[in-house]
Amino acid sequence: MAFESLASRLQSAFDKLRGRGKIDEAVVSEAMREVRLALLEADVNFKVVKDFVARVKERAVGQEVLKSLTPGQMVIKIVNEELIELMGGNVAQLAASHRPPTVVMMAGLQGAGKTTTTGKLAKYLQKQNRKPLLVAADIYRPAAIKQLQVLGDQLNVPVFSLGDQVSPVEIAKQAIDHAKANHLDYVIIDTAGRLHIDEALMEELKQVREVARPDEILLVVDAMTGQDAVNVAESFNSQLELTGVILTKLDGDTRGGAALSVKAVTGKPIKFAAMGEKLDALEPFHPDRMASRILGMGDVLSLIEKAQEAVDEEKAKEMERQMRQGEFTFDMFLDAMQQMRNLGPFEDLLGMMPGMNKMKGSVKVDEKQIARVEAIAKSMTKEERSNPELLNASRRKRIAAGSGTTIQEVNRFIKQFDEMKKMMKQFTGVADKMKKKAKKKGFGLPFMGKGGNQGGNNFPFNFKPPFK
Amino acid sequence: MSFFKRLRDAIVQKSEAVTQKFTDGLAKTRDLLVEKVEDLVRRYKKIDENFFEELEEILITADVGVNTVMELIDELRSEVRKQKIEDAMDLQPILSEKLVALLKNDDSMDAGLNIEDGRLNVILFVGVNGVGKTTTIGKMAHMFKQQGKKVLLAAGDTFRAAAIEQLEVWGDRVGVDVIKHQQGADPAAVIYDAVQAAKSRGVDILLCDTAGRLQNKVNLMEELSKVHRVLQRELPGAPHEVLLVLDATTGQNALSQAKTFGKSAGVTGIVLTKLDGTAKGGIVIAIRNELNIPVKYVGLGERMDDLQPFDPEQFVHALFAGLIAQETEGEQQPEA
Repeated sequence: MAFESLASRLQSAFDKLRGRGKIDEAVVSEAMREVRLALLEADVNFKVVKDFVARVKERAVGQEVLKSLTPGQMVIKIVNEELIELMGGNVAQLAASHRPPTVVMMAGLQGAGKTTTTGKLAKYLQKQNRKPLLVAADIYRPAAIKQLQVLGDQLNVPVFSLGDQVSPVEIAKQAIDHAKANHLDYVIIDTAGRLHIDEALMEELKQVREVARPDEILLVVDAMTGQDAVNVAESFNSQLELTGVILTKLDGDTRGGAALSVKAVTGKPIKFAAMGEKLDALEPFHPDRMASRILGMGDVLSLIEKAQEAVDEEKAKEMERQMRQGEFTFDMFLDAMQQMRNLGPFEDLLGMMPGMNKMKGSVKVDEKQIARVEAIAKSMTKEERSNPELLNASRRKRIAAGSGTTIQEVNRFIKQFDEMKKMMKQFTGVADKMKKKAKKKGFGLPFMGKGGNQGGNNFPFNFKPPFK
Repeated sequence: MSFFKRLRDAIVQKSEAVTQKFTDGLAKTRDLLVEKVEDLVRRYKKIDENFFEELEEILITADVGVNTVMELIDELRSEVRKQKIEDAMDLQPILSEKLVALLKNDDSMDAGLNIEDGRLNVILFVGVNGVGKTTTIGKMAHMFKQQGKKVLLAAGDTFRAAAIEQLEVWGDRVGVDVIKHQQGADPAAVIYDAVQAAKSRGVDILLCDTAGRLQNKVNLMEELSKVHRVLQRELPGAPHEVLLVLDATTGQNALSQAKTFGKSAGVTGIVLTKLDGTAKGGIVIAIRNELNIPVKYVGLGERMDDLQPFDPEQFVHALFAGLIAQETEGEQQPEA
């Protein structure tokens, strides 16, 4: 729900920041306000947000903006990198003891999804040809044992239970012996949900840990948890020394900021994400995907990455130098076109821009038209390309014939090119001035067609051509 | 008379025991929220930008919800300007008053359950997975049983493993019957049977369990709409209450839950569970503010009788107990 609104909000904040070469204090503060709100709305803990924003700010101020990005996008890029970094970078693995059985203990609040996740984990191990044993140590909740047994039946996995009159400590002890005797290589202990402030029950968990000596103690956390996630995680971690976290109910529409909070306070990796009702809906956790989910940025990030790869910085620099001297030739135009096309089909690019999705239908970008323009430019001789003044009537006729277009089209293109050239000269002037003019005149590239120009849908909306 | 005094007087008339339960159940919430506000007020003699920023932080940490907090802070800002408040201490009662106002039910809105004697009353429970629907039904069945009502339970969660058994255990504990089918059966069919059974047995209150479902699963929400339709068709006026069960630890997503379940199942009220943790359940303020759905009951503990009718005054009283005690002391001294 908050998805689109956030992306467009960031966009509008960044619109104000266009046309700056370096990220200065003001740019960062502006962007950080939106990022802070985005993170808070995603339920990331307040303190975590504070630290995070401070760190990003420090890193971002004074950064050189990549040629292909706006300062706002640059900030987001940094934010995203930091987010991924904070969430653990790589996909974490489940431990495997070299002296089987490997013991995994599940812990968490009531209703986080421990029992269901226990079943899912068994299925996951089964797929890797492991032989898990499920241990029903939740003796408190009505029918919890039965629930685990039903799951065990569905999966064809043995379930160890001593009823609800035996202490969980005893159950765990006997279960491990049972696993050893039957050559089962994983023991997954499902414990009862408990509040982290319930001292008696936390003590019980500690005793289970003493006896079972688990290789993994996994905290099961509901992805929808709010600000309290830090308290829960901190408390479970300090009392049990967790080895990892499983995030559940991620198939909902929550942004899942709890993931970040939990990781930040415990420092323990998030190992799995539960994403559905079915028993095979357990996946290894991908920090990068979670980062974009929390930010609600959609595909802006992948666009930023694309731009990074596609734009040849050297060429861009050379072009910039020329532009400053007031030159603009067809060669430069072709280069710029080529770099943009490296990013992929135009329609796709539009779709990736936040807020541009709506426009996708209304702005007609005719790929064929782009090809024609390119053909015209390519049908010129080298001299003509570097010196547009040469283009007299006879040469235009030849170009039209060579590119399979008409003289009218060639004329229109040349005229638009001249307009662009004028614009470019102003580019080299004060940036603000340029912005105003561009708005008034409509900085249209030739292939935008008439509709594009009249509608005021200026081509470089947010995306700057590699030259400035 | 100061605001706190009025609030306290209002509370005094309510049963001591219930107040105690609220105070105990919300102990953690109170410690965190109130102490922070107190500390803040003490540290800032003068109100400035930093003061508001820290206040914002405290409220957001209580899951009150970003939009609601921003609104609240804006209101406080203009209040400060209007009344030319400089001392942070003077802002404290205004803050509490605004919080109570946010939670207070309009006169038009009944915080009690729509239960009438002499007819079959149907209550439908909905919510996402793991919020405590079945447990809440157990507790509520116990409550109605204590009131001498004839209660019947419908095991409408046919999806989750052993959910039916879980409800049956509650049925045994409380001493009420459970209408059930097999796991995997059509929940609408279970509800249909339950209504027929309730009619023929002359039951006062029928509590219908449903499977937990995430609100963005369109098909599952459709299923819920069907259950709702079956109830409407089989018994005019039913369901008399549709209660959305919310976990107090839930963050901003609770808003989305309230919205979507409101649409598919016509939610009439909220039961806020697990409020005895460290969670503050501040999200109910946001829900109240943005969606206008009243909180009707709160779960404050693990025991059967730990389900209490929600009382906004109690809630705020419990949250600000420290402040109220202080202020009334301060007032009594000059009188003495």
